[in-house]
Amino acid sequence: MIELDGVGRSFTLRRKKGWLRGETRVVHAVRDLSFQVAAGEFVGYLGPNGAGKSTTIKMLTGILAPTSGHIEVAGLDPSRRRTALARRIGVVFGQRTTLWWDLPLKDSFHLIRLLYKVDREEHRKRLAELCEVLELGAFLDKPVRQLSLGQRVRGDIAAALLHDPLVLVLDEPTIGLDVVSKAAVRDFLRTLNAERGTTVLLTTHDLGDIERLCRRVMLIDHGSLAFDGTVEDLKATAPDETSIEDVVTRLYTRQARL
Amino acid sequence: MARTYVLLAVTWTRAAAQYPLSMALLTVGSFIVTGLDMAAIAVIFAHTTSLGGFTLPEVMFLYGTSGMSFALADMLFGNVDKLSQHVRAGTFDSMLIRPVSPFIQMAVDRFTFQRLGRTAQAATVLAIALAHLHVPWQRAWMIPLMVLCGIVLFTAIWTLGGAIQFLLTDAPDVANAFTYGGGQLTQYPLTVYGSDLVRTVTFIVPLAFVNWQPGLFILGRPDPFGLPYWLRFLAPVAALALACVAGLAWRAGLRRYRSTGS
Repeated sequence: MIELDGVGRSFTLRRKKGWLRGETRVVHAVRDLSFQVAAGEFVGYLGPNGAGKSTTIKMLTGILAPTSGHIEVAGLDPSRRRTALARRIGVVFGQRTTLWWDLPLKDSFHLIRLLYKVDREEHRKRLAELCEVLELGAFLDKPVRQLSLGQRVRGDIAAALLHDPLVLVLDEPTIGLDVVSKAAVRDFLRTLNAERGTTVLLTTHDLGDIERLCRRVMLIDHGSLAFDGTVEDLKATAPDETSIEDVVTRLYTRQARL
Repeated sequence: MARTYVLLAVTWTRAAAQYPLSMALLTVGSFIVTGLDMAAIAVIFAHTTSLGGFTLPEVMFLYGTSGMSFALADMLFGNVDKLSQHVRAGTFDSMLIRPVSPFIQMAVDRFTFQRLGRTAQAATVLAIALAHLHVPWQRAWMIPLMVLCGIVLFTAIWTLGGAIQFLLTDAPDVANAFTYGGGQLTQYPLTVYGSDLVRTVTFIVPLAFVNWQPGLFILGRPDPFGLPYWLRFLAPVAALALACVAGLAWRAGLRRYRSTGS
């Protein structure tokens, strides 16, 4: 469902040194990244800040074009077939909403129906279903800017699923949520993956997400893959550590030392 | 694409209609502001009978056609030059994950029919001018074509302005110089400007094709700058050429988009 082959993305940074004079520096956010995710998998994508997680997500969704290598998501090259791909994937950014700030949630959903050209009847059914499971009913009429973070994230997740995508990509969906909201989001994602077979890729800093949801974990550091395996394999890399936090801390700091 | 645009425009208008007072005030406001523009021309003619060799109805004609093109282009696509704002706020990323071109999404963002105020004002001026001018139909067919080409030209310049912002995130003012500046420039007969400027807006930034060259044909006038007669039929060519350049620049810019933050 997701295939990366030798993918790299570099950014050229210019630092001003006086009038017209500048210094350019090339930063490799992602280098030579290759992995595959099969249909129906639930994958956690871990990495310290600045490791290249968000850059990867942006390349998978077609927001950024890779500078090298080849990507295929749901059978399409994201940067070349971005609009076609948009119908097959759902994207949630935990840190910022993809909804319209000043519009009531239900108007945002209406706009999404028009953008994705979802059949009216199908949309109604799907929305009712999502409203029930994600408990959106109470704040459908509120403008997005007035929603609490937990409500907003649930709204964003519903928005990403209204067109029934094959792949759901989530960038830190549980960031800043309280325990109850977190549990609700996790439950929902687990059911979605189990019952609908939607492939899920999620980045997070919350290791609880990984332990409770993901069968497979990938760890990226300094732009390349440092670990790829099951949660058990991950724990086995440091048998003397007791908690997953310690295991991951060890992996992050080991990478830093290398 | 046009269908999506209309559907989205209706949704935005409906959202804006939830604040009816603000909507009404904005409509009245835009009508008054543009009305003041017309008053400026009236003041000039209170002191002289011609402006750059053109009579009042002729100047009103040039003002009305330029105003129509500009106002319609602004209403439909004027938002496209807000790219850098969208990039900085991160909303551009959200547009890229939707199955509709970000160009359309940006253009229609917060669409309101209140922007029709300026179009209505320009149309009124044009109607008054045409009532005085008695343009024969052998030349009048050019009027709708000219307004359409004007819309394309202004939209293309806005698009170019947006495309530049993929590279320089604080350059909207560069584009404004050409769009809002161009809107102002074409309100008056180009004879009030120097001939170097006229050559520039004819051959480099083709603003002269918004209403000047085709306008000379409609008014049946010789070119005061002595430029070739066939130029007055070139508006569609100029519009198409600039639209192609703008389209390519937009695509190139989108490939170079770097996004921001996490």
